[in-house]
Amino acid sequence: MNIVVCVKQTPDTAATMTVDDGKASWGEAPLVLNPWDEFAVEQALVTQEAEGGQVTAICLGPETAEEALKQALAMGCDEAILIHDPVFDSADSLVASRVLVAGIQKLESVDLVFFGKSAVDTDTGVMGSQVARRLGWPSLNLVAAISELDAGAKTITVERLLEEGRQVVSGPLPAVVSVVKEINEPRYPSFMGIRKASKAEIPRWSASDIGLEGDVQPALTWPGISAPEMVGTKVEFIEGGDPVEIAGKLVDRLFEEKVI
Amino acid sequence: MDFSLTAEHEMAQKMVRDYAQKEVAPTIREWDQKQEMSPDVLPRMAELGILGICLPVRYGGQGMDFVALGLACEELEAVDSTLRVIMSVHVGLSALTLLQWGTDAQKEQFLTPLAKGEKIGCGAFTEPGMGSDVANIQTTAKKDGTDFVLNGEKMWISLASKADYALLTARTDFEPERPSDALSSFIIDLQSKGVTTGDIKGKLGVRAGSTGWISLQDVRVPAESLIGEEGEGFKITMSGFDSGRYTVAAGATGLIRACLEASVAYANERKAFGRSIAGYQLVQAKIAQMAQDYEIGKLLYLKAGWQKNAGERNTFETSMAKQFATNASFNAASEAIAVHGGYGYSDEYPVERYLRNSRGAMIYEGTNEIHSLIQAGYALGTRKDRPLRKEMPGFDADYWQSE
Repeated sequence: MNIVVCVKQTPDTAATMTVDDGKASWGEAPLVLNPWDEFAVEQALVTQEAEGGQVTAICLGPETAEEALKQALAMGCDEAILIHDPVFDSADSLVASRVLVAGIQKLESVDLVFFGKSAVDTDTGVMGSQVARRLGWPSLNLVAAISELDAGAKTITVERLLEEGRQVVSGPLPAVVSVVKEINEPRYPSFMGIRKASKAEIPRWSASDIGLEGDVQPALTWPGISAPEMVGTKVEFIEGGDPVEIAGKLVDRLFEEKVI
Repeated sequence: MDFSLTAEHEMAQKMVRDYAQKEVAPTIREWDQKQEMSPDVLPRMAELGILGICLPVRYGGQGMDFVALGLACEELEAVDSTLRVIMSVHVGLSALTLLQWGTDAQKEQFLTPLAKGEKIGCGAFTEPGMGSDVANIQTTAKKDGTDFVLNGEKMWISLASKADYALLTARTDFEPERPSDALSSFIIDLQSKGVTTGDIKGKLGVRAGSTGWISLQDVRVPAESLIGEEGEGFKITMSGFDSGRYTVAAGATGLIRACLEASVAYANERKAFGRSIAGYQLVQAKIAQMAQDYEIGKLLYLKAGWQKNAGERNTFETSMAKQFATNASFNAASEAIAVHGGYGYSDEYPVERYLRNSRGAMIYEGTNEIHSLIQAGYALGTRKDRPLRKEMPGFDADYWQSE
């Protein structure tokens, strides 16, 4: 099988976003492989181990995004490609999905594309569906398990994780699958994988390499962003001799504050 | 001079950090309270290749260099000292000694399963009656035909009850010309007839680990168990310490970092007199010292690691790195408790465990006092490194990474 996993480089989840002059800033936070994408990479590798074939990681991003791709290689991906061009710098999800589709179509006979649930910085969670729509493939999202995959018959059955429970969905291949964290436990990179990844020369595709030299203007702009107002909190401990007394005092205070 | 780590080093460091933080940190307090070692730790470190990180691929290792070993130890001890102690005895004292001194047959038979994590190794030198005075080892190994028969006791041996092999030093010459010529080193299968082991409880720290004793009663071992030549035991033991101490230095640096991170987090949260205690200068002074000591510890151990990669003798540098980092980690832990106030005195926060763990490293792998003597010897010119019959090879990527 020819498997693609689309990944993104994002700030570390421990980072705090601040607003400077109407622009979002992650400061000096380290940049990592988007944590949700680790689950996608793992599932791509698990599928490869079961069905054979090759896994290619693709990333649309700045030059530093090579580090995220190296993490994917270290986990076990066979190839990695960085799509990088200044014209994509202010891409919205419509442009990003167009770019990723162009990259996927440049590869031969892709059978399956994996995404993580969302990117931890932009958090739109729509990339998998937009890519599927542009490719004309089924979009299977919120996938918590792949219960059946038949590469010969070109069918796939998944379990989607919904609030109400799990939904079983079957469809044809090729397909785009967006996974949630319940699907697997991402492996650590092996030391051999780390050595291989650190020496890898990652190809870069520009806009012209993927045939997108024309209009790639985003539909969305972000004219401003503001942080929510800080709400001060106060804590008051209700003291008392026993739980009954404490509960009584708490009720009195709630009446005073007009909560009840 | 390029101080940056390679991408390979950074990825390896992150991998070990992720393992320790995700899989060990959540339950380490409970194991420390129980004074037991989690049964998952050794198999998992073996599975991930950590137990063979800096050993050549041809012997079942992972082919990384000595700097990667140091970085791994820093990350492991940032969670708990017991994880790094495993590396000190399994990799430092046992596997790396075999790499340096073993014959090809010994490397095949003993080093390969150690590097793969299929067997666990430890170093057995200290006895109930001796620690620093290595030349006064009393455990005997008497020649009987082509075999040796060992009798004696070893004490304060990390992983004594968990290990499969021990790199052990015993007395083979009972009328030596010089005391240091009396000793020889052996690789002992701890399942051999006559070997018994047990655990020591009630230690101040490293409670989630395994420290114990090994008793040898008429333990018969073949000649193939002798490492190096008869009479080389003192030199082999000392060169093993060069490897073990390096891991202690790196680990203690990780412990300083753990104290620093805990102190910064607490200082930013805790309020006194209407503001966070991070704003008070005396708290800042403690944190600044920890930050400085962390940087110094890193510089010292990474330089020693660089020297090991270059195949340079590094006894002096490793001694300085070990002594500095272990002392600084004890100070950092003590000050971290001060930053935490009353909460630092309870096991609700990890800083009391850091203090208890830090004290042991100032004793094992050469006491503070021994290290002062070593360094004074070099500084005064009274101690000089003589070439060893077998030097630790420098890191060669082609050799280390080919099958």
